[in-house]
Amino acid sequence: MAESYVEHEASHPALQHHFENLEQQREAGTLGMWVFLVTEIMFFGGMFLAYTLYRSKFPEAFAIASNHLDIKLGAINTAVLILSSFTMAMAVYSTQVGKLRAQIIYLVLTIVLGLAFLGIKGVEYHEKYVDHLIPGTLIPGNPFNPDPHAMHLTQGVLMQHVQMFYWIYFAMTGMHALHMIIGVGLLSVILYFSVKGRYSPEYHNPVEVAGLYWHFVDIVWIFLFPLLYLLGRHLGGH
Amino acid sequence: METFVPPVPSRINYINAQYGLKSWLLTKDHKRIALLYLGSISFFFFIGGLYAMAIRLELLTPQADLLQSTTYNKVFTQHGIIMVFFFLIPSIPATLGNFLVPMMIGAKDLAFPRINLLSWYIYMLGGIVTIYALLAGGVDTGWTFYTPFSTTFSNSYVVATGLGIFINGFSSILTGLNFIVTIHTMRAPGMTWFRLPLFIWAHYATSLIMILGTPVIAITILLLAFERVAHIGIFDPAVGGDPVLFQHLFWFYSHPAVYIMVLPGMGIISELIANFSRKNIFGYSFVAFSSLAIAVFGFLVWGHHLFVASQSVYAGMIFSFLSFAVAIPSAIKVFNWTATLYKASISYDTPMLYALGFIGLFTIGGMTGLFLAALAVDVHLSDTYFVVAHFHYIMVGGTLLAYLGGLHYWWPKITGRMYPEGWGRFSALVVFIGFNLTFLPQFILGYMGMPRRYHVYPAEFQVLHVLSTAGASILGVGLLIPLFYLMWSMRYGKVAPGNPWHLPGLEWRTQSPPPTENFDYTPVVTWEAYEFAPPEETEVVGKFHDKVPEKA
Ligand code: HEM
Ligand SMILES: [Cu+2]
Repeated sequence: MAESYVEHEASHPALQHHFENLEQQREAGTLGMWVFLVTEIMFFGGMFLAYTLYRSKFPEAFAIASNHLDIKLGAINTAVLILSSFTMAMAVYSTQVGKLRAQIIYLVLTIVLGLAFLGIKGVEYHEKYVDHLIPGTLIPGNPFNPDPHAMHLTQGVLMQHVQMFYWIYFAMTGMHALHMIIGVGLLSVILYFSVKGRYSPEYHNPVEVAGLYWHFVDIVWIFLFPLLYLLGRHLGGH
Repeated sequence: METFVPPVPSRINYINAQYGLKSWLLTKDHKRIALLYLGSISFFFFIGGLYAMAIRLELLTPQADLLQSTTYNKVFTQHGIIMVFFFLIPSIPATLGNFLVPMMIGAKDLAFPRINLLSWYIYMLGGIVTIYALLAGGVDTGWTFYTPFSTTFSNSYVVATGLGIFINGFSSILTGLNFIVTIHTMRAPGMTWFRLPLFIWAHYATSLIMILGTPVIAITILLLAFERVAHIGIFDPAVGGDPVLFQHLFWFYSHPAVYIMVLPGMGIISELIANFSRKNIFGYSFVAFSSLAIAVFGFLVWGHHLFVASQSVYAGMIFSFLSFAVAIPSAIKVFNWTATLYKASISYDTPMLYALGFIGLFTIGGMTGLFLAALAVDVHLSDTYFVVAHFHYIMVGGTLLAYLGGLHYWWPKITGRMYPEGWGRFSALVVFIGFNLTFLPQFILGYMGMPRRYHVYPAEFQVLHVLSTAGASILGVGLLIPLFYLMWSMRYGKVAPGNPWHLPGLEWRTQSPPPTENFDYTPVVTWEAYEFAPPEETEVVGKFHDKVPEKA
C-alpha cells in the first residue's frame, strides 16, 4: 500500500514550498484568477439586474438620460481600452518568448492607456458634476438637479426616473473605474518585478494572471458602453 | 490496572514547531489558521448565545419586562447577524474545512496560504466593525435588512453593520476560492475525484455557493448603504425604486447561504456515518452529486421567501415547485445515510451520537421547509414561530450538531489529545434534549399564530414559551460542558495516536497533531474512500515512528 512516495524535484527559486512543481503552481494561479473573475461577474451581476429592471420600467427616462452622456468620450475610451487589451496581450506574449525589453515597453503602454481611460472618465464625471447630474445627495451641496431643458425632458417623464439612470451609471462605471485603478496598481507591481528580471519563459504566471484580470475589466466596459451609451440612442429627445 | 508508561517524546508538529504570538498571527499554515478561526468563531458564537439568552428570558412572560421594544428589536437582530454571518457561515468551512481539506486530499497546504491568512484578517476586521456598530447603538432591522425600513426609517447603525457584513463577505469568497483551486490542482497522486472523501465534495459544493452568491450580497449591501446615505432611489419607492428588488437580491444570496451553512455539515455527517459504521457509504456518487445538485438548484428557489411580498402568483407557483425539487437531493443524502447504517457494526461514540441526532433533526427541519414551500400553507405560517423553528432545526439541529460531532471526531487529530468520552456522550444527550425542548414548542406556537420578532404576546402562548426557555437553558448547559472538557483535554486528555479510530482516510495516516507539512512524504493513494482494510494496513504514512524523535 502506501509504500511509494513522490520525491521532490530540484526546484525553481519561484516555486513555493507547498507545490510539487512549477506546473502545478501555474495551474493553481490561473484557476485562482478565473474563479476570482467569476465572483466579479456575480458582483457586477447585481447591478446589471438593477439596470435591466429599471430600464424596462422607465424606458423613456432612460433613453433621455442616456442621450445626455458624452458618446464621443465614451467611444474614445472604448478604443483606448481595446488598445490596452492588445498591449497587455503583447506583454504576456513577450514574456512567454523571453523578449524582456518588449515586455517592459508593453506593460508601460498598458498602464499609460489605463491611466488615459481614467483621465477621460474623470472629464466625463466632471461634466456630470457641472450639470448637477450626480444622483441624490451623494455630493453634499450639489444635489441632483439638472436643467430640464438641457436634458430635453419630454412630457410625462419624471426627473426622478432620469436620476435612476444616473445612479446606475455612476454605480457601474464607478465600480468599473475602481477595478481599473486596482488593475493599474497590479500592473505597476508586475512592471516593478519585470524590471528586476523576475519573469522568464519558465516562470511568467503572474504576468498572465494580471493579464486575465485586465482583459476582464475591459470586457466589463465592452458591456457597459452599449448598455449605457448606445441603447435607445434613436429614441429620446434629440 | 494500568502500568506506568514513560511519556513519549513528541515529534515536531504544527503546534510546537514555532512559539510566540507572532508565529500564530503571521502563520501561513492552514492548520494554524483553522485554529485562529476556531478561537474567533467561538467568541462570536458566545456573543450570539448571550443575545439568545436575552431573547428567551424576555419571552418567559407575555409582557415586556426585561427589554423595551426598541431594545428587543436590536437584540433579535444582533443575535441573527452574529450567528448567521459570523458563526454559521464560517463555522465548519473555516475551521474543520481549513484544517482538513488539504490533509484529506494529501496536500501540504491550501493553494494560496497567504490568501488564507488574509481571509482570517478580513473576517476579524468585519467582526470588529460589526461589534463596533453593536456597541455604538446597535441595529434593529432584523438580520434581513428589509427596505425601505432599513434605508429610510430605522434610526440604528445600519451602515456600520452593513459594512461589517460586506467586509466579512470577502473572507468567505477567499475561503471558497482557495478550496476550489486546492481541490482541483493539489490532490495527491492517485487521489481521483471519486476517491475523495465526501467531506471534500461537500466543501467543493459549498465553495461554489460562496463564490457565486457572496458577491451578490456584497453589492446588495453596498447599494443599501448608498441608498441610506445619499437617498439616490435604488430601493426607495418614493422616487421610483423598488424595495422588493432588495428582497430578491438579498435572498438570491441568502437562500443559497443556508446551504453554505448546512452542506459542510452534511459532509461531516457522511464521514461520521460511514466511518462509525465501518462501512463504505451507500451510494457514494449519489451523495457526492447531491451536494453539487444542492449548490446549483439552491440558486433557483429564493422566491419562496417572497410568497407574501407582492411576488406574482405564477412566480410563486414556480418557486414553490422548485423548492420541493431542491428537497430531493437532501432526501437522497438522508436515505443513503440510513441505508449505510443498515446491518452495520455501529459504534456509538460521541461523534456518532451527534451524527444520528443530525439525521433526525435535519429531517424535521427539511420536512417543515416543505410545509413552508407549499404556497397556501405558507400564507398561514409565514413570519410566525413556525419559520423560526424550521430554520433552527436545520441551523442548530443540523449544522451545529454536525460541527460539534466533527470537532469531537477530529479533536485527537487537531490537538493530539483525546476528549473524555463519557462527558462527550453525556453532553451530546443534553444538547439533543435541550434543543428539542427549545424548538419543538415553537412549531406549535407558530401554527397557533405567534408571530416572530414580537415580545409581547397573548397569555395562552405562555406555557409553550416557558417550555422553550427551559429547553434553551438545558441547551446552553449542554454547550458549555464541551467548552470546559475540550479545553481541559488539551492539557490533560489522553495522548492520541495517529489513527485513534482506525480509519482509512488520509488525514489519519499521519501523526497527531500533524507536522507542518502534513505528511512526511507526498502520499500516493491506492485505495477507495471508506475502504476498510484490516487495521494494520491503515497505518501511518512515512513510518515516522521509526525515526529518532527530533524534539523532546
Ligand atoms: C429542504 C429544503 C428547504 C425548503 C423547501 C425550505 C423552505 C423554506 C421556506 C418556504 C421558507 C420561508 C418561510 C417564510 O418566511 O414564510 C424558509 C425559511 C427559512 N429557511 Fe428554509 N427551507 C429548506 C431548507 C433550509 C435549510 C437547509 C436552511 C438552513 C441551513 C434553511 C433556513 C431557512 C431560514 C434561515 C429561513 C428564514 C429566513 C427568514 O425569513 O429570516 N432552510 N425555508
Ligand atoms: Cu430559502
